[in-house]
Amino acid sequence: MASAEQVATQAVRRDIRDRWLLSAPALLVIFFAASGPLLIVLVYSFLTPGPYGDVQWTFSKEAWTSVFLERDIFDDTLSFASAHVTIFWRSLKLALMTTIATLLIGFPTAYFIATRSEKSRDLWLFLITIPFWTNLLIRTFAVLQIIRNEGIINTALIKIGIISAPIQILYTDTAILIGMAYVYLPLMVLPIYASMEKLDFRLVEAGYDLYATRWQVLRRIIFPLVKPGVIAGSILVFIPAVGAYVTPSVLGGGKNLMLSNLIELQFGQGRNWPLGAALSITVMVIVMAALLVYVRNTGSSETRHG
Amino acid sequence: MARGFSIKHQPGFTAIAATCFAVLYMPIIVLVAYAFNASSSTSEWGGVSLKWFQSAWNNDQVVDATLRSFQIAATAAILATIVATMAALATTRTAPYPGLTFKYAAINQPLMVPEIVTGVALLIFFSRIKIFSGYSGLGYLIAAHTAFCIPFAYLPIRARLENMDLTLERAAADLYATPLKTFRHVTLPLLWPGILAGLMLAFVISLDDVVITEFVKSGGQDTLPTYMLGQIRRGITPEINAISTAFLLLSIVIVTLFFFISRKRD
Amino acid sequence: MGCCVPETPGRNAIEVRGVRKVFGAGEAQVAALDTVSVSIRENEFFTLLGPSGCGKTTLLRLIAGFDFPSAGEIMLYGEDIAPLPPFKRPVNTVFQSYALFPHMSVAQNIGFGLEMLGKPKDQVKARVAEMLKLVRMEALANRRTSQISGGQQQRVALARALAPQPKVLLLDEPLSALDYKLRKEMQIELKRLQSETGITFIFVTHDQEEALTMSDRIAVMSSGKILQVGTPRDIYDRPAERFVADFIGETNFLKAEVTGAANGRATVKLSSGVEIPASLPAGFSPSGKVTIVVRPEHAHLVAGNEKASLSGIVENVVYLGTDTHFHLKLDDGDAFIVRRQNARGGPVDLAQGDRAGIIIGGDAAQVLKD
Repeated sequence: MASAEQVATQAVRRDIRDRWLLSAPALLVIFFAASGPLLIVLVYSFLTPGPYGDVQWTFSKEAWTSVFLERDIFDDTLSFASAHVTIFWRSLKLALMTTIATLLIGFPTAYFIATRSEKSRDLWLFLITIPFWTNLLIRTFAVLQIIRNEGIINTALIKIGIISAPIQILYTDTAILIGMAYVYLPLMVLPIYASMEKLDFRLVEAGYDLYATRWQVLRRIIFPLVKPGVIAGSILVFIPAVGAYVTPSVLGGGKNLMLSNLIELQFGQGRNWPLGAALSITVMVIVMAALLVYVRNTGSSETRHG
Repeated sequence: MARGFSIKHQPGFTAIAATCFAVLYMPIIVLVAYAFNASSSTSEWGGVSLKWFQSAWNNDQVVDATLRSFQIAATAAILATIVATMAALATTRTAPYPGLTFKYAAINQPLMVPEIVTGVALLIFFSRIKIFSGYSGLGYLIAAHTAFCIPFAYLPIRARLENMDLTLERAAADLYATPLKTFRHVTLPLLWPGILAGLMLAFVISLDDVVITEFVKSGGQDTLPTYMLGQIRRGITPEINAISTAFLLLSIVIVTLFFFISRKRD
Repeated sequence: MGCCVPETPGRNAIEVRGVRKVFGAGEAQVAALDTVSVSIRENEFFTLLGPSGCGKTTLLRLIAGFDFPSAGEIMLYGEDIAPLPPFKRPVNTVFQSYALFPHMSVAQNIGFGLEMLGKPKDQVKARVAEMLKLVRMEALANRRTSQISGGQQQRVALARALAPQPKVLLLDEPLSALDYKLRKEMQIELKRLQSETGITFIFVTHDQEEALTMSDRIAVMSSGKILQVGTPRDIYDRPAERFVADFIGETNFLKAEVTGAANGRATVKLSSGVEIPASLPAGFSPSGKVTIVVRPEHAHLVAGNEKASLSGIVENVVYLGTDTHFHLKLDDGDAFIVRRQNARGGPVDLAQGDRAGIIIGGDAAQVLKD
């Protein structure tokens, strides 16, 4: 018979083997239908576009060159691809503005929910959760109906007499911003609420006891303590906003392109799959950079709190 | 000051929160209201009517897309929940072991990459396979949906497992239950709410997907959201409001269930 | 031997032989159990007593099978069970948190072990009824475990562990979650259950009072080692080491010098120059400077400078209801506490600042090994 120690080491080894077997199906599905294909995207970004879409298997750096640069048709010189740069800039700007807008509305809202009585807190949270689970397309569509020229906002403003003709909001950058802020708002509120819920209000009391004003308590006590939630919320909003597809397609009306629309174009009318692949990887790099900032921030704040 | 000093008060916060809730619900309420509009305009009110629901119900394309959506969502959610449950069992309640961090990263990977990028990647990959295999059925959509549903199904199951008292399983083993019996009689019944929550989450996520489906689907494989997107791009009729309203109702039912299941304590 | 009470040592239910348990690896290695050997007799109420982190729970977990020893053997009636998984050991545990299955009723909890053993349904039912009666829970058989009080949960946990008739019952601080009064009740209940079922109990606690009241024998543990095994009286009156004396009850430590030793008894000279008799730990023959212990209630005070073993000044008088503690500063500067039971019409108390003599009784002093 094996000794207890042998049995123990065998048990540990068997446990690790079983754990690999148990996780294998999930890992395989994700590898074949999510992660693995990303590698193919990288390969495609170095190939030559085929005449009717798809690619020809010859190496080319052209796609990567044309992410930011443009080749002149006549003299083959390279210049800044101002169209692409504009789209990159618009995507980043709108994503950032969306993040700020949701933060400005989401933070007080999360604070409001966290300061309710325990029972009503669940109800308020539920009210935030419903839009969160509602189809993003439906919510975008709801915004579209509100802001279009015949929508309730313009109609109301005209009836009151503030304006005489409808304001064109739909199919502008503002429309995209309003739409994204609307659809991603719950993503900001929920993580901030999660850290706010753990906030010990005796610390706030201590702050007031030590002569802090309301603003000082907010800035010096509450905000630093819920910062991880604020960072998590900002990342959760920023990442989908950079790559947003549905909201800009519906509210931007195909005129104000964002990165995702530009990528889609390469696989449709543009028929430049390598460029689409290169742009996709660029978007991914931007997102990874944002995630890295997040990991750095939460990592260091954890060590600071011991 | 009669009310005394409230330490929780911050000036303006309640007003902003009230605005936030109003803004969140106003568009949805308008959208639902116009679904019941008798007029065919989406801006004039012509009295209450159910005709747009009727027209959606009689629209073969809508019915077809709805059925396909449910078929994909149900299959993908069940598959994702099964593999996510297994993965959760494999990655919780253990001392760190080689590969554990890799597993966390791999399982959450679909959450980290923008949908558009995954969509493009799958378009490229699956178009190759379609050429080689000649198969162009719903399998691709189901595989793609299963993959991005896994992290969502994994989330509540893992949370449930981590909050579960390990001594309960120890007690079962102490009372002569083999590992398999312990799983069947103790772990699984206690994990059940987490599994249900994961299943519902995965179902909703699959049902809501537009981007990845848009890139992966072959001709004639519209799901309800991609069908609606096509319609909205072409111009809107109250029929879309009616479909949205029905969809919304379904979401609310599922969220309510999810809310109660995940809040339920043992 | 011709004595009235026959010595029946009994068979050993559990024999722990040279068990080591090491956690971690390399530099970070910690020995939770450092070569422990102990024998636990059949039908005995045996207690593992020690502060948290002393290794008592680790030892219990090794006997239950939740962990495997790094070295050594654990014999259950002569068979090494150390390599067996918990579900193959005829040993059951009452957990500190009770670990009642929240999705089962009281009766289902109690029947779980028998069901897992594949016992026929009617047999399980009968045994569950018997157990419910034993712990006086018949009325609550169909309740959910979340719907009963802490004390009732404790009883269900006991019934559940006893139902499969284990050869040894392990109890991991089962009373620590109960309030004082309920704890007292359960102590008596546990003793009753043990004598009614005749099962060997191994009880883990950090509460010395609990250990003294309930146990047949106690093993005092510290830093992964068993320091002393003995009856409660042995452990209390004849502590062999400073840790044991200090951990159990209040104690006075005195410096002394051995002037003679024979047959487990010694004569020691105190700092005052007075010589008193003292007991020696088994198999220990000291010489020179030693430490002796005297329990506060084993010494008494006399006023003034009467002929006493030691003398000093009363620094503090603490009234505790049932008794009074006198804190003295001895002439050599050491502290000494005397406990006197309060009785109506007792002698007039000494007051702070008074001079007093301490008389140490003939059997009160014990020499320590360290």
